[in-house]
Amino acid sequence: MDVRLSAEQEALRDSVAQVAGRLGCPTTRDLDDGERRAKLDAAVEASGWRELRAPGDDGGPLASGVEVALVAEELARGLADAAFVGPTLAADLRRRAGGSTASGRETVALTADLTGLAVHGAGSGPAAGVVVDASAADAALVLVAGDDRRLAVAEVGGMLDSVDLTRPQATIGPIRSSPDERRAGPLVDGDLIRWTALGLSLSCADLVGTMRGAAELATAYAKERRQYGAAIGSFQAVQHLLADAIVATEGSRSAARHAAWAVDALEPGDALVAATSAKAYCARAARSVCEMAIQVHGGIGNTWDCLAHVYLRRALLSIDLLGGIGPSLARVLDAAGVGGGRGLR
Amino acid sequence: MDFADSPDEAAFRRRLRAWLSAHNPGLPPSSTSDEYWAGQAEWHRALYDAGFFGLSWPPEIGGHGLPSVYEAIVDEELATAAAPPRPSLGYLVQGILRHGSEDIQRRFLPGIVNGQERWCQGFSEPDAGSDLAALRTRAERDGEDFVLVGHKVWTSYSDEADWCLLLARTDPDAERHRGLSAFAVSMHQPGIEQRPLRMINGITKEFGELLLDGARVPASDMIGPPGGGWRLAMTVVSHEREPGELGYVARYGEVVGELLERARQDPLRLDDEQRRDLAWAMVETDMLRHHVSRRLSERLDGISHGPEGSIDKLLMTAVEQQVGHAALALGGAGHGGSDDTWLKAYLYSRAQSVMGGTSEIQRNLVATRILGLPTS
Repeated sequence: MDVRLSAEQEALRDSVAQVAGRLGCPTTRDLDDGERRAKLDAAVEASGWRELRAPGDDGGPLASGVEVALVAEELARGLADAAFVGPTLAADLRRRAGGSTASGRETVALTADLTGLAVHGAGSGPAAGVVVDASAADAALVLVAGDDRRLAVAEVGGMLDSVDLTRPQATIGPIRSSPDERRAGPLVDGDLIRWTALGLSLSCADLVGTMRGAAELATAYAKERRQYGAAIGSFQAVQHLLADAIVATEGSRSAARHAAWAVDALEPGDALVAATSAKAYCARAARSVCEMAIQVHGGIGNTWDCLAHVYLRRALLSIDLLGGIGPSLARVLDAAGVGGGRGLR
Repeated sequence: MDFADSPDEAAFRRRLRAWLSAHNPGLPPSSTSDEYWAGQAEWHRALYDAGFFGLSWPPEIGGHGLPSVYEAIVDEELATAAAPPRPSLGYLVQGILRHGSEDIQRRFLPGIVNGQERWCQGFSEPDAGSDLAALRTRAERDGEDFVLVGHKVWTSYSDEADWCLLLARTDPDAERHRGLSAFAVSMHQPGIEQRPLRMINGITKEFGELLLDGARVPASDMIGPPGGGWRLAMTVVSHEREPGELGYVARYGEVVGELLERARQDPLRLDDEQRRDLAWAMVETDMLRHHVSRRLSERLDGISHGPEGSIDKLLMTAVEQQVGHAALALGGAGHGGSDDTWLKAYLYSRAQSVMGGTSEIQRNLVATRILGLPTS
């Protein structure tokens, strides 16, 4: 056992951190800066990070779950509002289906509660659900109804309000009827299980990055904001909020790293259990860390202009992606043989 | 990056598993009973003789010079086999290795590692708990000896111990952190009275208190320089905070496994709170296992353990207490004279947020030493 990052992984992490630091959103005003967003998108596109789960020469993914998790974490930490998780999940599905490679910018469409892939019904009408990570996307993968092993490609419809100000959503448009596009598939046993494990582990990594960013924001504020003639960060009550946030973040980082490794290293069922367990831990931790960041900012933390809610909002999307706390705990119990068929909320 | 065993690690695990199948002493598999503490010395020597103890320590003192990962494998396999945990002596070994002279190391470390000599730790006092530097036990020079007068509490295993790693004030005029020195004190002498402390779960063997009234220690048994006691104490307590060092995560996993077995008998009878507590105990134990893997891997770089040990201790505490809640929720509180094993595990878990430095002190350390927040 040696779970240190390799030199290549550290280099990847550093280069993502550099892009997110240069072109992410250090203030809420940056969210409206279209020029910056276009530069960020171009930088992410040029980096090839969105294709890391596309097939390499041996047919397997170019990079493991660990590398894509590192990218997701650093992008989240810098509140980078460029699509990554959606396109990565689309590339992974494409590779598994063995069809033609994606044309243009593809993401995935999920059910309205985000717990699984959207399903395209009979005919060519739009599937029910939502296109996630829809920024600059021109297509979204869905499952074909009655055959959960076959994929179809949907157009991206109109933009929707998303809780996450950094990752827009869209309605699912009509299915493309191009025969070439429909040739993909079928998926084989374990494909969707492993894909779900990948999605959960990416959402864990995104949450870890979000937690790191929120905790750093709050810590910096606690050092500079003065009340009663002293920095509020000198008061034990505030210190303990921040300390708990770091503890939750570090625990999440360990759980998320294991989940990311498990995606490709364990059997599909075990990879899914690892990802689900990590997801429950990271989801609970992320909400509490982001809430803490708002609390430490006091009244300002409850205003739109403070970045703290942008982290919380990003977390709220990642938490629900492919199952939040309730579904994850229920899945953990099911896998251990104590499911009893009842979910937990 | 790989969470799985290397070929060498896998071979070691198989060898250990085979040995355990023939040598499990059948002691209670947890440290929550007096029977365990009574049989611990013999178990320690059996593990040592078979080559499964002191794996990460230097060969010169009886160790094997292996990465700490091997100790985690021992912890996991002991738990899997429902064998008793290994004694946690890393704090002593690291403290003496780092601060003791060559002579001190040569005289004391082999006996600690091979289990021939038992040790206890005399740091805390009735008026010096979190504020350890307030301790008042005096060591006064008298010829070639120091004479000890004072009162120690939370002296783990004091009734079994041959030696005590004792912190005492040698210079009452020095600034309070600087006036402390550490000693190896023989427990077999007049002038030391040992009293057991009964804990809330009823056990009496794990903790004791010491009354020192004229006990003597040769000046040559001072560990580190005069006034160097505080630095040694900081090494010792930082090791007491590391879950990898303590092997507790395997123990939590074992408890969770037993609770799951109980739950599987009739899953539909569990109410939502029981299911929730059980699920969180599983999730948190998983997290801690991976966190320990991460920390043990970082040690391969020779990273010295600083304030992040406080993060680890807080994580470990949260997990132990969640597992305690699950044990109480599923095992019940022993009403009507029913089995109170799980009640005892729950009660024992409350000590984790106090021993080795309270959670409040750990949070202070994280805030000031990791986050760099100002002190008021």
